[in-house]
Amino acid sequence: MLGLIGFKLIIMKLTLKIWRQSSPSEKGKFETYTLDNVSEHMSFLEMLDVLNEKLSFEQKIPIAFEHDCREGICGTCSLVINGQPHGPLQGTTTCQLHMRNFRDGETIVIEPYRAAAFPVFKDLAVDRSALDRIIQAGGFVSVSTGQAQDANAIPIEKDIASQAFDAATCIGCGACVAACPNSSAMLFTSAKVAHLALLPQGKVEAQKRVLNMVRQMDLENFGNCSNITACEAECPKGISVANIALMNREFLSASFSSKDA
Amino acid sequence: MQMDNLNLNGNVPVGNLSEKWTKYRSTLPLVAPNNKRKIEIIVVGSGLAGASAAATLGELGYLVKCYTFHDSPRRAHSIAAQGGINAAKNYRNDGDSVFRLFYDTIKGGDYRSREANVYRLAEVSTSIIDQAVAQGVPFAREYGGLLDNRSFGGVQVSRTFYARGQTGQQLLLGAYQSLSRQIALGNVEMFTRHEMIELVLKDGKARGIIARNLLTGELEKHGAHAVVLATGGYGNVFYLSTNAMNCNVTAAWRAVTKGAFMANPCFTQIHPTCIPQMGEYQSKLTLMSESLRNDGRVWVPANTEDAKAIREGRKTALDIPENDRDYFLERRYPAFGNLVPRDVASRAAKTACDEGKGIVPTGLGVFLDFSAAIERYGKSKANILGLSNPSKAMIIELGEKIVEEKYGNLFEMYEKISGENPYKLPMKIYPAVHYTMGGLWVDYNLMTNIPGLFSIGESNFSDHGANRLGASALMQGLADGYFVLPYTIGTFLSEDIRKPKIDINVPEFAEAANLAKQRIEKLFAIKGKQSAESFHRRLGKIIWEYCGMSRTAEGLTLARQQVRSLRDEFYADLYLPGIASDLNPELEKALRVADFIDLGEVMVVDALNRNESCGGHFREEYQTPDGEALRRDDDFAYVAAWEFKGWNEDPILHKEMLHFENVELKTRSYK
Repeated sequence: MLGLIGFKLIIMKLTLKIWRQSSPSEKGKFETYTLDNVSEHMSFLEMLDVLNEKLSFEQKIPIAFEHDCREGICGTCSLVINGQPHGPLQGTTTCQLHMRNFRDGETIVIEPYRAAAFPVFKDLAVDRSALDRIIQAGGFVSVSTGQAQDANAIPIEKDIASQAFDAATCIGCGACVAACPNSSAMLFTSAKVAHLALLPQGKVEAQKRVLNMVRQMDLENFGNCSNITACEAECPKGISVANIALMNREFLSASFSSKDA
Repeated sequence: MQMDNLNLNGNVPVGNLSEKWTKYRSTLPLVAPNNKRKIEIIVVGSGLAGASAAATLGELGYLVKCYTFHDSPRRAHSIAAQGGINAAKNYRNDGDSVFRLFYDTIKGGDYRSREANVYRLAEVSTSIIDQAVAQGVPFAREYGGLLDNRSFGGVQVSRTFYARGQTGQQLLLGAYQSLSRQIALGNVEMFTRHEMIELVLKDGKARGIIARNLLTGELEKHGAHAVVLATGGYGNVFYLSTNAMNCNVTAAWRAVTKGAFMANPCFTQIHPTCIPQMGEYQSKLTLMSESLRNDGRVWVPANTEDAKAIREGRKTALDIPENDRDYFLERRYPAFGNLVPRDVASRAAKTACDEGKGIVPTGLGVFLDFSAAIERYGKSKANILGLSNPSKAMIIELGEKIVEEKYGNLFEMYEKISGENPYKLPMKIYPAVHYTMGGLWVDYNLMTNIPGLFSIGESNFSDHGANRLGASALMQGLADGYFVLPYTIGTFLSEDIRKPKIDINVPEFAEAANLAKQRIEKLFAIKGKQSAESFHRRLGKIIWEYCGMSRTAEGLTLARQQVRSLRDEFYADLYLPGIASDLNPELEKALRVADFIDLGEVMVVDALNRNESCGGHFREEYQTPDGEALRRDDDFAYVAAWEFKGWNEDPILHKEMLHFENVELKTRSYK
């Protein structure tokens, strides 16, 4: 593929069916838009920028969607594109998805994440603050500034550190919840539980942490896990469902042995 | 603040450089625990600096209120930092020390930063790594289980700690988790989706902010004994940058309109290795980590005919024979080669493209080629495997595997964005705006010239001079937030322990809220035809063209006129859809663009004033015969802090003279 060199730049015509909803209480609906000069090099969000600029010119209200870093790491962008959170490309956030993954003449359906715990604010923007509250319930090590010992005081096996890293790489975008038919937040919660439980620094509070985080997850109206694993398939960072198994183990053992259970 | 005519005093403590901070920290006024519980502090921003400060101040017992325009404090752009964080741990036993880190940073900043601040930064750097590890930050480790390090541009030791290519993410999540713990404990009240749009002063002191609730549009009054701005840099004044889309200068600029000084705004960092711009619609640029220059060789075709053929798609990089390639960094800087500091590498790429040798359709791009590294690694691997006479294809296959292990995630990201396979064809890169060294002027306590208003992290000017070294931004943000501000804020607050809770029902808050309301109404009332985005794009073009990688008095003079007429056009022809009392991203953008325009003019004025070249500021009139930056220490060894006087007057220059007692000012040479 010659891409940048641009022997022949592909320009596409697209039909977009986009969810519009002016407020949380209003009943939303799909609106249809067309764009006829979408370059294959545009990112998906740049395509929406172009549409919004066009709507602005026509003195219409642009579509609200959330985004920030546009390099796949902040977790702000979301969207369900043709039924898939973050669109068709595996391991990719919406902001890193480029239009060359679509065909000329295609109709693309764009809607917000759908989950009871993620109410829609406006158009494609949803409230994901439930995820923050799960972290606040215990997704940390209780160490205040200044209390730390020397960084090399506790050696950590390279493979363990690497496994913890794989879990810690979660960007908190909520795609796992949107992908799950039960709207479960197990993948998100377990990624933090696993990250900290694997490391010696996180072990001290491990039991209390898992109990509190799971309790909060249930309070926030997320569904249960029924091992469908759509979460892993749609996760832009490839977080493994093995973390869920680890969390279940941690939870069970804490339920039996912890005073906090 | 102590001001002698127009000279600023940084309030640096006396004494030996290496003892200043320890002595000062041990003697500065404290606030007793029972009083802390009565003192409120506002922290605006929740990136590395803001989250670490809010968490630490909460741990100390203050009543903290933290604000972010994001939906969650974890989204701040610190999260996107790739490479690493420096610390003078000397775990490699390679001769690193606090002094060496201090010296490298001062030199890298081209001798335009304050010695005492930089030394303190180097001093506390080691505690940051300890703290992060204790929080569970999964830094890279060796097989023995101890922490790994790598080296970064412009230094000769290995002092960079890293977490794959996601160091910023992991450090921010560590700070975010500490902040979350304080939120749960009730020590920090978190305001997400709130944007500060006015600073409130009472009796000359910063006592609160007006924050716009981004969901409802309500203008809320928030009071506190002190206000801390941790609101990041202003790189998006260029429109296209590696910053996140929502990074903006508004909080800092609102402080400037209330009298805070903007220091060295023309010191901006252009990072050499970013993916080039591909079209008008483009919204942002993507950085490729500096670490790639360890193995990539930068080149352009030696003759313009070949470059033209590549631009037009008649040739590819592979059609250019070895001796028709110009590896211009290796040619110009044989000692450092492809690993020269960022400002030097960026300028050299620009020079090559200005000569007509750019290799992308816009003419603005150079190659970053890994083929030599792939071959070298392949041969070495074949040797290890004991293969005699391996075929070229075999060598390349083995080499690509090794390059993949080192840079796999970056290569993948490049391919996603460009659609090209960088193992087979060299990457195409071009410099892009990445970081701003300039920012709000602060003294040694990190307090601005407005009493009670503090500025930390990228939003202040303090530590990087005219050029920042790689892996130093994370260090500074966390140093300020965890280990400096929590102490130094006591110097201001200790005088305020008798001050009761700040009353927001006073005229000062009403006036500030009214001011904000009027600004919003004014924008809606224009009812013109052009979007805020289109003005932003045009502003960015002006600043990039005249106040970017190379600047001239003539160009800057023209730029100032152009920015001013753009401002006139903005206030005459802006189209703003929607209403104020709703989630309205277009309004958010318009407010930010308005402030970027005003900042843009002051940047240009600063660049015009600084008649020398240093670090990221290259004035074409001031260069050596072979095209290197020519610093003028006798006339410009000062911090230029600008007092904004509105649209119709020139900003006033205040100078903080820089005194170098511990390093000798030298010409930076990487030849």
